[in-house]
Amino acid sequence: MFRALLVALALLAALPARAQVDIEEVTSPGGITAWLVEDHSVPFVALDILFEGGTSLDPEEARGATYLMTGLLEEGAADMDNAEFAARSESLAAYFGFDANRDSINVTARMLTETRDEAVDLLRAALVEPTFEPRAIERVRAQVLSIIDSNADDPGEIASSTFYARAFGNHPYGTDEEGTTEGVNALTRDDILAAHRGALARDRVHVGVAGDITAEELGPLLDRLFGDLPETGTPLPGDAPYGLEGGVTVVDYPTPQSTAFFGHRGLERDDPDFFAAYVMNQILGGGGFRSRLMEEVRVNRGLTYGISTFLVLFDHGPMMLGQFSSSNDLVADAVEVLRAEWADMAENGVTAEELEAAQTYLTGAYPLRFTGNDRIAGILASMQIGDMPITYINTRNENVRAVTQEDIARVAARLLDPDGLHVVVVGQPEGVD
Amino acid sequence: MLRILLTACLALLPVTQASAADNVTQFTLDNGLQAVVIEDHRAPVVVHMLWYRAGAADEPPGQSGIAHFLEHLMFKATETLDSGEFSRIVEANGGSDNAFTSWDYTGYFQRVAADRLGLMMQMEADRMRNLRFAEEEVSTERSVILEERAQRTDSSPSALFNEQMRAALYLNHPYRVPIIGWRHEMETLDRDAVLAFYNRHYAPDNAILIVAGDVAPDEVRTLAEEHYGPLEASGIAPRSRPAEPPHNADRRVHFEDPRVPNPYVMRSYLAPERDPGDQRQAAALTLLSNILGGSEATAVLPRTLQVDEERALYASASYNGTNLDDTVFSLFNVPVPGVPLEEAEADLDRVIADFLEEGIDPEQFARIKFQWQAEMIYMQDDVGDLARMYGAALTSGLTVEDVQDWPEVIASITAEEVMQAARQIFNETPSVTGYLTAPDL
Repeated sequence: MFRALLVALALLAALPARAQVDIEEVTSPGGITAWLVEDHSVPFVALDILFEGGTSLDPEEARGATYLMTGLLEEGAADMDNAEFAARSESLAAYFGFDANRDSINVTARMLTETRDEAVDLLRAALVEPTFEPRAIERVRAQVLSIIDSNADDPGEIASSTFYARAFGNHPYGTDEEGTTEGVNALTRDDILAAHRGALARDRVHVGVAGDITAEELGPLLDRLFGDLPETGTPLPGDAPYGLEGGVTVVDYPTPQSTAFFGHRGLERDDPDFFAAYVMNQILGGGGFRSRLMEEVRVNRGLTYGISTFLVLFDHGPMMLGQFSSSNDLVADAVEVLRAEWADMAENGVTAEELEAAQTYLTGAYPLRFTGNDRIAGILASMQIGDMPITYINTRNENVRAVTQEDIARVAARLLDPDGLHVVVVGQPEGVD
Repeated sequence: MLRILLTACLALLPVTQASAADNVTQFTLDNGLQAVVIEDHRAPVVVHMLWYRAGAADEPPGQSGIAHFLEHLMFKATETLDSGEFSRIVEANGGSDNAFTSWDYTGYFQRVAADRLGLMMQMEADRMRNLRFAEEEVSTERSVILEERAQRTDSSPSALFNEQMRAALYLNHPYRVPIIGWRHEMETLDRDAVLAFYNRHYAPDNAILIVAGDVAPDEVRTLAEEHYGPLEASGIAPRSRPAEPPHNADRRVHFEDPRVPNPYVMRSYLAPERDPGDQRQAAALTLLSNILGGSEATAVLPRTLQVDEERALYASASYNGTNLDDTVFSLFNVPVPGVPLEEAEADLDRVIADFLEEGIDPEQFARIKFQWQAEMIYMQDDVGDLARMYGAALTSGLTVEDVQDWPEVIASITAEEVMQAARQIFNETPSVTGYLTAPDL
């Protein structure tokens, strides 16, 4: 379903100083703020809405409530049952998406200009007046249980889920967003109503809008959508203490290929060395074939089809994570190479050539992110939930360019901990214990 | 940024076009390279794609997986570029690149700042003819594709099941062979084989260039003549593959795997594809799949089996008409726990029989038609999607005109034509019915 909010995604948000994208901050008559990029060339608008909190708001006795609630928003609202709601959105050719992850609930919408007013009314009904009918609850509960079942048979899901459980224990981060079979079975309609009241609140909504709409049109739209939501939501949870030591956990699973999920603590976005860590990750295991890990594990040795690392900016417990898959007889070698690369970068940092290549890539790729209303709206919402200033876009490339080899050596020595690296291996690996 | 194995993903998207056909121009170079330019000046970005009319269904017998293997090796050394340098240069210019292989095509693309288009063409033209295939790189990369098969196919019961279903459906056509390849054949793929496939299929007269984004057609033509123009045509003949004989018998597949969480039943029928100048039947089948499975709350199968009767976790239909040869129409039913697959199959039969009896709900039909119109608008938002749509269509034997006609063809299909297509598929076409289950413990 929905995974961590990766830095790689959050940081898509940026343009060189002379960007062709102008962001306007719009405040509605009712006091709700949104960031808007106007573009009238294609007659539709994209909305991306993030409610801070997400599944980490679930109380211990009702884990999975937020996830199930989010899945129910379009399953019946106001005087419509789920089929009527769907038929209505189809007749308007409006598309809505509802997702829940650990730190936020994400609502996306595409609306044609010609049917926008009706589409806004429909989306408002889903957000403000969901009915949570018992029959819909049972139907969606069965779907969630089936997702939990398939995740239990998916080596990648088993690996990440095992890692988070061991790292975060009883904190909500330690449980999958969907909850557990037992927990989901026990959820009541009251749990779902409480999750709705607590999660969809005006004090934690962030809105990105892109496409065929003006600021004048957007203000009233915001009030219509969100004006009837409660003013405040459930308090956010506290920090998630990270409790995992270095080592290897093997989860026995009958499959010819092992899946590995690894990592340790990360750092916050407001850390002074954040950009250095971001560039460092790009060199170590970021996208593309050029990363050290791709080079050493895939290209030079053929031990995997792909390996990557990422900085995960969980609000209450940031991490540095990665994953790969290898045949059972190769995975021990791959883990060895991984640790060696981790140690090498911690000790020696990166070369001037690597740094320059990563900076050129990251700064050059930057303006290419801003295409398509959906993507732009998503970037605008992510920037706001990440507390990034509206001017962030203008300074982001300078921040990337300012990173030096010394910065990376410093942050690598502080962040990369080969002994603290924990690797969860799901499969029947040979020579790993 | 891993190589993509393109399977049926395209099939699930409504395939339509930008309404503004005047955004799209085409030309052909003297050496036979066909080119399509799609203009979108909203951002200073260009998508450069080169598609070959060569895919897994064009492989020599016994060499399954070689089209996809070649796709991987295309990122290795040429006469002038080191191994991996292609992607390094793209990245150094802030771009991203990747490639994909299907049964009918192999495609390569880069997404870069618009002023780097010439460089992309220069490198793409270089690797069309100048790849070196160093022996040790071939053997290392063979491990990578075997790992890819392990990750994408062998680790997934439903991927293994799909492989068996396809092999059972196609009796004779090479569509029966998986794109990734059968493992025992992949293990034997060597330098000579991949070089022979490359020499045979990678030439300008077997390629289609798609450029989409902030570019002018004249400029694209000038750059294409400069970089692709000098390449010599190979004189390759149009593709002609073994055709399917009449399907005279229903077949059954039962695949057991202990890793199956939710057993399901799937039924597949051989179905006609879009043909140049003749897309009505494919359009009717496209609408039929939308009516039966397009929307989880209102389409016939999920509405009946998931919502009204609560006997299914998931029920749907699928059809992809953009194919060079005969394609597939499929039905799926994942029953709720406790409902055996025999009953789930009977549920499918019953819902389809009722549909053939009762016909199409006119309101649903109107909604689906309107959604197709809207899709034409939404699709303009991403030139990458448009480029991909043209590339898939042109490598499947269609023309730019066919792509541009398609929305009108869809709009003009009557309910009676859909029902006729439904009767033909469900009453007159033998099928393959497959069960995916976990073994009894």
